[in-house]
Amino acid sequence: MIRVELPHHLRTLARVNGEVELRIEGAVTQRSVLDALEANYPMLRGTIRDHVTQVRRPFLRFFACGEDLSHELPDAALPNAVATGAEPFVVMGAIAGG
Amino acid sequence: MSEVRVLVGTRKGAFVLTSDGKRERWDVSGPHFAGWEIYHVKGSPVDPNRLYASQTSAWFGQIIQRSDDGGKTWMQPGTPAGEPTTTPDGTPKAESNKFVYDGVPGTHQWYDGTQHPWEFKRVWHLEPSLTDPDTVYAGVEDAALFRSTDGGKSWHELSGLRQHDTGPKWQPGAGGMCLHTILLDPKNPERMSIAISAAGAFRTDDGGKTWKPINRGLHSQYIPDPTAEVGHCVHRIAMHPSRPNVLFMQKHWDVMRTDDAGESWREVSGNLPSDFGFPIDIHAHEPDTIYVVPIKSDSEHFPPDGKLRVYRSRSGGNEWEALTKGLPQRDCYVNVLRDAMSIDLLDSCGVYFGTTGGQVYASTDSGDTWNPIVRDLPAVLSVEVQTLP
Repeated sequence: MIRVELPHHLRTLARVNGEVELRIEGAVTQRSVLDALEANYPMLRGTIRDHVTQVRRPFLRFFACGEDLSHELPDAALPNAVATGAEPFVVMGAIAGG
Repeated sequence: MSEVRVLVGTRKGAFVLTSDGKRERWDVSGPHFAGWEIYHVKGSPVDPNRLYASQTSAWFGQIIQRSDDGGKTWMQPGTPAGEPTTTPDGTPKAESNKFVYDGVPGTHQWYDGTQHPWEFKRVWHLEPSLTDPDTVYAGVEDAALFRSTDGGKSWHELSGLRQHDTGPKWQPGAGGMCLHTILLDPKNPERMSIAISAAGAFRTDDGGKTWKPINRGLHSQYIPDPTAEVGHCVHRIAMHPSRPNVLFMQKHWDVMRTDDAGESWREVSGNLPSDFGFPIDIHAHEPDTIYVVPIKSDSEHFPPDGKLRVYRSRSGGNEWEALTKGLPQRDCYVNVLRDAMSIDLLDSCGVYFGTTGGQVYASTDSGDTWNPIVRDLPAVLSVEVQTLP
């Protein structure tokens, strides 16, 4: 299972506590993880990436295994530790006050 | 016994304030959607327990929330809690936060005069239909008008407005290029007026297919031609349902009035201490009694002399009196934003407004005296009042 860690406000919207677990067939990439996340939690569509362009919203970042993956290509393979479920794929809100 | 429900949108959540018809003791519920900017919450005139809320965030974008029980519980339309989030064929439900412009969005004028692409940012104002609880209009930034006919599950642009020939001349005000006012004509279902900062007012007489600017008589010194067809920073327009052809406008500068549904406007600022301000509203039973909150200037955005004063005209403009009893008359530097004033329909008309300091003030005697319902909310973005049987 792929583990996804969401920021507080998105956990509230999705009505989940803690991490989300997703089953993904095939390559584990940003796109396949977010596709699976949005399929299971459609209320999150548009909150992480744009409805139409599918581009990551500018105040969100993607981290895993201590690395910033925000600027990796959406179809690039995520680290093996994410694919095996050893480490979560983290969706993080940018620190921007508020 | 009547009940009054005040729907308050703030920078950090929504609050629902309720009282009986005496309006002396208030129950405060919230924050709903804690931590999110709630630009507007408004109820359906035909089903007052049907509420729509615009929940927004610079991080996570736009969310539409709906309540069917007067604000006790909320849901994103299309995805009720506990129900499968996909249809049997696997298609994800819930497109309630999808606001996509029709066709190629094109460009409008940017602050520096160059052209800039239209980009959806948020919903500023939700206006439920006068006849159908499932139909609701949304005024958005960058300026456009959307409509849902399925209770907020899906949204479609009335693109004749944004595609008006003058679109490339529209420009953002300090708050962004927002469509903030939607007036539905109770006597003519085909007629609707809207206002945009900073483009001006527009009217449709064919249910939203085509639009025309209705800005004749407006004067704005911050555009090259102060009397241009568009480019005016309208802050708010108010209409009394008994007299839909008479509109009152608070503009970036000047309070204006039209008696012919916007064909021509005239200034009625009269003796106001400043003719800058944001909200404007009309007494429930006296269509010539109007309320504004003068603000010192466009660069300072606080009340003149540190005194929070509502000004009332009982003559449809020009002659104004300051209403001060119960409002802070020293060291007050809050603002009152354009959607943050509303009235109730009780015999002794109630007037309500919220401030950027987090106070919501209420008057139960048409503005003669004021009391705070709450004092310490987050900055108030919007106030709507429902009068319930």
